[in-house]
Amino acid sequence: MTTAPPQVDEDPYVRAQQTPEFQDLRRKLRRFVFPMTAAFSLWYALYVLLSAYARDFMGTKVVGNINVALIFGLLQFVSTFLIAWLYARFADREIDSTADAIKARVESETAGGAK
Amino acid sequence: MTNARTLTIILFIILVAVTLAITVWASRQTRTATDFYAGGRSFSAFQNGMAIGGDYMSAASFLGIAGLIALFGYDGFLYSIGFLVAWLVALLLVAEFLRNAGRYTMADVLAFRMRQRPVRSAAAVSTVTVSIFYLIAQMVGAGSLVALLLGIKTGETFLGMSAATAKVATIILVGALMIIYVVVGGMKGTTYVQIVKAFLLMGGAILMTILVLAAFKFNLSSLLGAAAEKSGKGAAFLEPGLRYGKEVPGDALQTFYNKMDLLSLGIALVLGTAGLPHILIRFYTVPTAKAARRSVLWAIGIIGTFYLLTLALGFGAAALVGGKAITAQDAAGNTAAPQLAQALGNRFLGGDVGGASLLAIIAAVAFATILAVVAGLTLASSSSVAHDFYANVVRRGEATERQEIGVARISAFVIGAVAIVLAIFAQKLNVAFLVALAFAVAASGNLPAILYSLFWKRFTTSGAVAAIYGGLGSAVLLVAFSPVVSSTPTSWFPHADFAWFPLSNPGIISIPVGFLCGWIGTVLSKEAASTDRYAELEVRSLTGAGAH
Repeated sequence: MTTAPPQVDEDPYVRAQQTPEFQDLRRKLRRFVFPMTAAFSLWYALYVLLSAYARDFMGTKVVGNINVALIFGLLQFVSTFLIAWLYARFADREIDSTADAIKARVESETAGGAK
Repeated sequence: MTNARTLTIILFIILVAVTLAITVWASRQTRTATDFYAGGRSFSAFQNGMAIGGDYMSAASFLGIAGLIALFGYDGFLYSIGFLVAWLVALLLVAEFLRNAGRYTMADVLAFRMRQRPVRSAAAVSTVTVSIFYLIAQMVGAGSLVALLLGIKTGETFLGMSAATAKVATIILVGALMIIYVVVGGMKGTTYVQIVKAFLLMGGAILMTILVLAAFKFNLSSLLGAAAEKSGKGAAFLEPGLRYGKEVPGDALQTFYNKMDLLSLGIALVLGTAGLPHILIRFYTVPTAKAARRSVLWAIGIIGTFYLLTLALGFGAAALVGGKAITAQDAAGNTAAPQLAQALGNRFLGGDVGGASLLAIIAAVAFATILAVVAGLTLASSSSVAHDFYANVVRRGEATERQEIGVARISAFVIGAVAIVLAIFAQKLNVAFLVALAFAVAASGNLPAILYSLFWKRFTTSGAVAAIYGGLGSAVLLVAFSPVVSSTPTSWFPHADFAWFPLSNPGIISIPVGFLCGWIGTVLSKEAASTDRYAELEVRSLTGAGAH
């Protein structure tokens, strides 16, 4: 492309994708979900690796018959519930209203939008 | 035992009658393709969350994990954790995007910016393969379980049937019911069956957990202590290592393989869920992406709670029933939960009658569990055959809604019939690993294709086709050359030895192969990815613009 195009793209989706508003939405979402995915994957990998290779450590008793392995396993439940809750809170606060606004604009431009 | 059997049969009949009534009612509400494939997208987040739970918590989860914990202690818990953490992949990376951009099947998103026919064909092949593996495991399980739960032993007869005949009859009955749910009730009927099942399963598990804890005065430590003592394995029973990643003294290589097998299983469990077609289509049954998010939150809540309860059930069965009594009934431990129910009933609910009653109730719950899961699997595969293969590959998008639903119903019938026949022939084989294999295939073929489609601009048709067939093919081939199929006494072919792949779980190799194939297919393909279509997919998947 040698010169700037004479007019903006005709496809409302392409136009919407190029708006700073959408770029910002995508960046925000990716900045949450990708690091969070990396975090829970590493945390789970650590659990599986310890179960395979650090059995003495996992077998250490903490209280009564409750050992590190059980606590570590239960912490995987806690972290799963926590991350799900954090994500829902994040999406409700930071994503939904912007997404709805972009959706409304695109759908008005595509004359009805959805079939 | 006879009382339990009569009560069990009565409860089974009630369950079948109720679910059939729901199905007939649902069929009157099913007119359009959206009704048939996606339940009219009219379910609430809570309803769908329960249905996801009902779709996901299979007999392998309920009876299988409880049995594993009862026999091998802590290692059964590894499964629960993988099955639960997996939901974060679905929540963060897949559910809402798929709901926004797709319509009826997984392939709607995979083929969004690709050439329709190759991608949809590949997706249909993979959907049917995964679903059939999973179906066979459930149906063979159903056959043995119902025979066991009704107390039909080898040499005994039931309504004039021997144990072997009763198993075949059960497989055919389960198959016929799932075909009826899907053909008649479509997604609406299937969803309500799954919701009913989720309530029954949670109710049963909560009741048994309370009784188990009551038996140990609500002291978790003494429950664990009693389980460890009765197992005869002491503290090792509460630690990882009795079942998975076993250390073989003096054989460093086998020890290494065992550990790799454990890691391989762990990876497949976590990455498989978000690629299981019968789970993915559930996200289309709610009106918006926000409702899809909320339904996954509900699902995580009930699935997580359920796996915590199975911990109590498994250790409870180890402590109150004991490994010897369990393996005497079923070597794989699948009857641990029903046996525990009987023991608890005997103790708390008035002796033998109480024991028989609780056993009958839990047997009916297990039956409901199986029915709900097989219906979901049949629906997912018939939807893919009709919508992906028939409507978009064979008819190139020219089929009417009526024709499409007609084909979906016929496919449900054919797939159901094929599954019945395969399950009857597979009865003598070790099928438990088929669930793990279904997860491995979903993680190796479907998940790479889904993630690349959603997040990688350059991804092309060749990449998508390569990822699906590469991941699917490598997972199945590796298992074919694993100890599961040949070389050990428990293999399908114990006397042959072509097992050059040392692990039973292929995921650790096949998942990277799937991702790699998708990447290679893309960089080697001559066509360039359409940036306009990717722009549209991005905007649609993130905002819900133009969503169906």
